[in-house]
Amino acid sequence: MIPEIGHFALVLALLLALVQSVLPLIGAQTGNARFLAVARPAAQAQFLFVVLAYACLVTAFLQNDFSVRNVAMNSFSQLPAVYRFTASWGSHEGSMLLWALILAFWTMAVSVLSRRLPEDMAARVIGIMGLISVGFLAFLLFTSNPFDRLLPAPPDGRDLNPLLQDPGMVLHPPMLYMGYVGFSVAFAFAIAALLSGKLDAAWARWSRPWTTVAWTFLTMGIALGSWWAYIELGWGGWWFLDPTENASFMPWLAGTALIHSLAVTEKRGVFKSWTVLLAITAFSLSLLGTFLVRSGVLSSVHAFATDPARGAFILGFLALVIGGSLLLYALRAPTMLGSARFAAFSRESLLLANNVVLVSALGSVLLGTLYPLFLDALGMGKISVGAPYFNAVFVPLMVPVLFLMAVGPLTRWKGASLPDIVVRLRLAFAVAVIAAVAVPLAAGEFKPWVALGVGLAVWIVYGVALGFADRLKHGGNLLALPRGFWGMQLAHLSMAVGIVGIALVSGYEGERNVKMAVGDTAQLAGYTFTFKGAEAYEGPNFHAARGHLVVKSASGSEFTLRPEKRLYNAGGMPMTEAGINYGVLRDIYVAMGEEIEPQVWTIRLFYKPFIDWLWFAAALMALGGALAASDRRYRIALKDKAAA
Amino acid sequence: MNKRLIPLIVFLVLAVFFAIGLTKNPREVPSPFIDKPAPAFRLPEVGNPAQTFGPEEMRGQVWMLNVWAPWCVSCRQEHGVLMQLQAQGVKLVGLNWKDKDREAAALLARLGSPYLSTVDDLDGRVGIDYGVTGTPETFVIDKGGIIRFKQTGPISEEVWKEKLEPMLKELAR
Amino acid sequence: MKRLFMIGVTLLATQVLAGEAQPVGEDPQIEQRLNVLAEDLRCLVCQNESLAGSHAELAEDLRREIRDQMKQGKDDKQVVEYLVARYGDFVLYKPPFKPLTLVLWLGPLVFLLVGGITWWTVLKRRRAQPEGMANTQARAEAARILEGKSE
Repeated sequence: MIPEIGHFALVLALLLALVQSVLPLIGAQTGNARFLAVARPAAQAQFLFVVLAYACLVTAFLQNDFSVRNVAMNSFSQLPAVYRFTASWGSHEGSMLLWALILAFWTMAVSVLSRRLPEDMAARVIGIMGLISVGFLAFLLFTSNPFDRLLPAPPDGRDLNPLLQDPGMVLHPPMLYMGYVGFSVAFAFAIAALLSGKLDAAWARWSRPWTTVAWTFLTMGIALGSWWAYIELGWGGWWFLDPTENASFMPWLAGTALIHSLAVTEKRGVFKSWTVLLAITAFSLSLLGTFLVRSGVLSSVHAFATDPARGAFILGFLALVIGGSLLLYALRAPTMLGSARFAAFSRESLLLANNVVLVSALGSVLLGTLYPLFLDALGMGKISVGAPYFNAVFVPLMVPVLFLMAVGPLTRWKGASLPDIVVRLRLAFAVAVIAAVAVPLAAGEFKPWVALGVGLAVWIVYGVALGFADRLKHGGNLLALPRGFWGMQLAHLSMAVGIVGIALVSGYEGERNVKMAVGDTAQLAGYTFTFKGAEAYEGPNFHAARGHLVVKSASGSEFTLRPEKRLYNAGGMPMTEAGINYGVLRDIYVAMGEEIEPQVWTIRLFYKPFIDWLWFAAALMALGGALAASDRRYRIALKDKAAA
Repeated sequence: MNKRLIPLIVFLVLAVFFAIGLTKNPREVPSPFIDKPAPAFRLPEVGNPAQTFGPEEMRGQVWMLNVWAPWCVSCRQEHGVLMQLQAQGVKLVGLNWKDKDREAAALLARLGSPYLSTVDDLDGRVGIDYGVTGTPETFVIDKGGIIRFKQTGPISEEVWKEKLEPMLKELAR
Repeated sequence: MKRLFMIGVTLLATQVLAGEAQPVGEDPQIEQRLNVLAEDLRCLVCQNESLAGSHAELAEDLRREIRDQMKQGKDDKQVVEYLVARYGDFVLYKPPFKPLTLVLWLGPLVFLLVGGITWWTVLKRRRAQPEGMANTQARAEAARILEGKSE
């Protein structure tokens, strides 16, 4: 019964989404106020019905209703409740419903927080988001119904993919989707502005906080995914540049470029059509990612079970949404040059340079991801493009971006004096060079990439410090500085933190693959690992061997690690669960291999210096995003609304 | 040309590629051995290790090297088809790939063997020499010992009728 | 007493069983080379994993094969050639630079070049542009709409 209610709620949500899109868009075009007024209630009602549908799906999972195909394929009676809940988005169907839910949520948020917008603008934005909802709900109902029955019901489910049974997976997909789908708001604003022909500063100002919030979620989602890969895949990797990861990384790059170009458009009224294009691009790449992951055109570790009919549906939908928007862009984007003047060396020119390089990097990632597909489609053979390509191409492109990061915020709008900046940053350069030489030497081995990373990090930190010094030159309180300023500086600072992490872990990580019998010891990076044996234990839906290692550092401190090798009851799939001792300066990471003789195991030992700085950087970056989005200027609009 | 059309054009080109991509399987990898000589090997026969076999013994004949394993489910699917082919006089040689549990001899005795000869590639080295990634895979080898075609996955009636049979006829001339 | 007992057991264990753990491969130098090389090679039967990270049987066989080749004194290039001869360029995560991959390798450079030229033309145009009032007015208008007050 409950699955049928869910199915019915989805049908109603689809009808409401149709109303939410068609009437307001017609109303905005013809000036019909009654049609315009439909937008908000329809959006809110659509949200309620999608929530209802999702609640039904979750109920089916929690109640182990294996007569629902989706539950039977992706859950298991012994699965702990929290993973039964997360299994609701562990399948293709469920994750699509989560997409629709989050899209409805963002639409609802726009409908509530848009009182200050001109009525026709708000109606257009909500209408366009409604059109996207129509596409996704139709996709769910026609090709991927999460409530399909499986009769007769099997006695038990096939279990959730054990890789997904991890705390990192609880939050990773919702966060990621909040980011992906959040870009639909900036997209809808851009399309609405193109439709109305009013690409003014109000549009840029409105888009900014929404974009920043979406970007913040996407940042957290990507970081959680990386952390999950680190602890779950059992060999200490944290980023694989797999097509699926690129699918989330490309919108992030586009979103980052968009945040910067929106700043220029809002402040100076220039780059309007470029900003519109970026807003369309960021969301288009989110949609493209969905297509790539679900259609089976690329092979990836994370790919969902694929089905050509679904691929064809999404491709048709992509063609409509992206093709339509780009056509509208070609017809309606302003050809008039904004009326602002700026010098070759100015905040504007540097932000434009930032965009040029970010978009080149984005283009390269896209090219690398799709190149195997291009060759295959042309019948020119199969190749693989993996991490070595992306590292070779992406890292050099990031160097100028990071270099400009220290310069840009210190440069004034309209025009600045290059010699002044050179004088101000002279010392920063010197300090950066010294650090670049000293840190790798202190670490024991000079490596050029580590030197470059450390140098850039110091350079950025120095730039951030100068930025604060500028603001406080005439006195004032650090905490009284605008949140927008804090947000920007924290986000920049987080890049420095992240680079240090990446540079040091890539440069100095250590690994050993050893055979250990009980009592055996192994040395790595000054740590002594003693294997005390492995014991069998029963988990809720798996049985495992849990190793027991005592690790002693050079300074004599001791800790215990308990890595696991699990065998899941339902699929018989083996999984490693790493034993990790976290530390600010290093992680000690241990993964069980195979039991080659009774109580003799192959064990992989890793020393990962500064790796946690990566996730610390992501947290700092997200904090920066949250601060920037909650800047006073955006809150005023809300407060006034509440008072009104 | 209006430069604002460029993004649209780029997207349309991508969309065409995606549409073609939907019809292809990214897991299907072409063999680099097509039109190259079949790598030499000499392996003991299943059930009769004293007897060995090497591909040079098939010189002057068109034949197929079928890579299979007793633990492989889809090999069992094609077994029936292979038996029919053998009855029609198609020359098949089996490469028993990584049969650690030594089950091949018993299995062939029970189900019947479609092979002129089945050889034992216990450690999978010959499989690697042929670029085998899984079972079943079948190589069509011509009179001069040149690999002409590789079938990845089981040989079904359709695959035989549409691809292999015409090819074998052509090569036999 | 208990502690003493533990020490005793530990000592005993150390004497009887314990020793320095043996590396999985016999030659650590070759293992090191293998790990580095395998990072850049594709596990052919996995969805998308490197040969270094995969637990698949074929991946283990291939690692063994690479190890043997290295022991025979072949350098990395020869090992890679050996694999490419059997599995094609598909096995390489870093595609070779050849006519077929020209666009792949030169694309990023072209993007940057086109971007750089665009950047330069925009700057030239902007420098010649007179600063108008329209922009200031638009910002005031935005502030009026969004905050209900003038900036």
